[in-house]
Amino acid sequence: MSLQIQNLTKIYGQQKAVDSISFSVKEGEIVGFLGPNGAGKSTTMKIATGYLPPSSGMAKVGGYDVQEQPLQVKKIIGYLPEHNPLYLDMYVHEYLRFVGGLYGITGGTLRSRVEEIIALCGLTQEQNKKLESLSKGYRQRAGLAQALLHDPEVLILDEPTSGLDPNQIIEIRKVIKEVSRNKTVLFSSHIMQEVQALCDRVIVINKGKIVADDQLSNLLQHKGGSTLVVEFKEEVNVDELASIDGVSSVTAVTAFKCKVHVQPGVDVRSELFKYASDKNRSLIELKVEEHSMESIFKELTSEATEK
Amino acid sequence: MIQIFSKEFNGFLNSLIAYIVIGVFLTGIGMLMWVFPETAVLDYGYADMDTLFSLGPYVFIFLIPAITMRSFAEEKKMGTMELLLTKPLSEWDIINGKFLAGFALVLVAVIPTLIYYYSIFLLGEPAGNIDTPGVIGSYVGLILLGGVFCSVGIFASSVTPNQIVSFVVAAFLCLIFYSGFDSFSSLVAEGGWALWIKQLGILDHYDSMSRGLIDSRDLLYFFSVTGLMLLLTKTVLSSRQW
Repeated sequence: MSLQIQNLTKIYGQQKAVDSISFSVKEGEIVGFLGPNGAGKSTTMKIATGYLPPSSGMAKVGGYDVQEQPLQVKKIIGYLPEHNPLYLDMYVHEYLRFVGGLYGITGGTLRSRVEEIIALCGLTQEQNKKLESLSKGYRQRAGLAQALLHDPEVLILDEPTSGLDPNQIIEIRKVIKEVSRNKTVLFSSHIMQEVQALCDRVIVINKGKIVADDQLSNLLQHKGGSTLVVEFKEEVNVDELASIDGVSSVTAVTAFKCKVHVQPGVDVRSELFKYASDKNRSLIELKVEEHSMESIFKELTSEATEK
Repeated sequence: MIQIFSKEFNGFLNSLIAYIVIGVFLTGIGMLMWVFPETAVLDYGYADMDTLFSLGPYVFIFLIPAITMRSFAEEKKMGTMELLLTKPLSEWDIINGKFLAGFALVLVAVIPTLIYYYSIFLLGEPAGNIDTPGVIGSYVGLILLGGVFCSVGIFASSVTPNQIVSFVVAAFLCLIFYSGFDSFSSLVAEGGWALWIKQLGILDHYDSMSRGLIDSRDLLYFFSVTGLMLLLTKTVLSSRQW
């Protein structure tokens, strides 16, 4: 296990930011850490990196206890904090050399490693600029470069793509994907597509509690069911549609168009077609809408709020 | 620690801080020693360096907090503290690195004043008629006092993310440490208490060193105040853990 969290609790004053959560991440796994703002993602990550101590519970990275052997843990972790703090008055090279020095990399090794990481993170064009003159996307790359410089076993990225434009998001994602081979990666996000694009496993956290921890495909299947978008040439009778076996509910979009929500694991398309021909209506559109991560996310995080 | 030290020191050199501090210190002290008639050696007529050693601390009270005010305050404000604390560094590495960088800058500012010593040495009648042990003691005292002020400044910087607050707090604490205790002791009725309070301040120890007598008690005083302030800084840094 390269990252292990056990019964971790963090209390800020009266507020429980993280409420006895447990999970572990295996070597080489990429795990997405999802949750609404204030769910406790960043707090968990800060504890795992040794910045904050837990109120109770334990975090282990690469077999080292974060509380007892903080220096060992910090050596094998690469961490990109939320908001990506940087020394803005430093040059890109200078900054990376400084960070490398902190990990005890020196001389020729440091020089070649800095070159390597600059190329990897796509900073070649900007390498002689000051950090303050870089655009947000390039700053984010510099932050990522800083986290990757010492080739860490465990990579913890706190919202690596927040505030970037779509092109930048895709590029940063590419970098993460590229470097994450043979590494354990835990990254947080509230962008669902990102999780879909990057990881094998998702942990959803809400109000300090884990509400889902599963393979992405399982989560999509079980929680999902599917939704069909149906359009007729004539006006739709919602009640009739809802009475078809396997349909859980129907919502009308326009007078002619509606969304049919189907229970998980059932296919009602042929029934729908039969219904249309029986009633002598012309079905002009039938589209399967995969239950997206977004709706699962919404479902999971609102469920827990009601409890 | 060395990485933090060099990062901080380069930070001084790359920004204007180092040049302004050194420039202001040397200009100010130079004017006081050689130009302004009230304090100038030439008008005074005695071959000693009292002006440097009696006014230097007051210049330090303004300059050293200016050097140290950003050390932790800026890291806190920019969020880079989180970056440093998640690197394989102990808190002492960070504190000592920052302290030593500030202290090194103070040393660099003081070193050129050795020229004054040489000039006054030659000005004496006969040449060389200067209280050299007194000057050495005073230099040691001035440098140790710089160390105390740096540690006070580092501490003040660690308690706030605001550099102005940090500067004002540091300057105030420096003034209290330097002459505050001394002034306060004169308020209290004479006796053991007054002496005891007086000895809490820097001035008492600084004066005794400037006589050319480097006493282990005075050294101990300077080292323990510096150590105490750095320890307080460490406590403040760790307080994120409460």
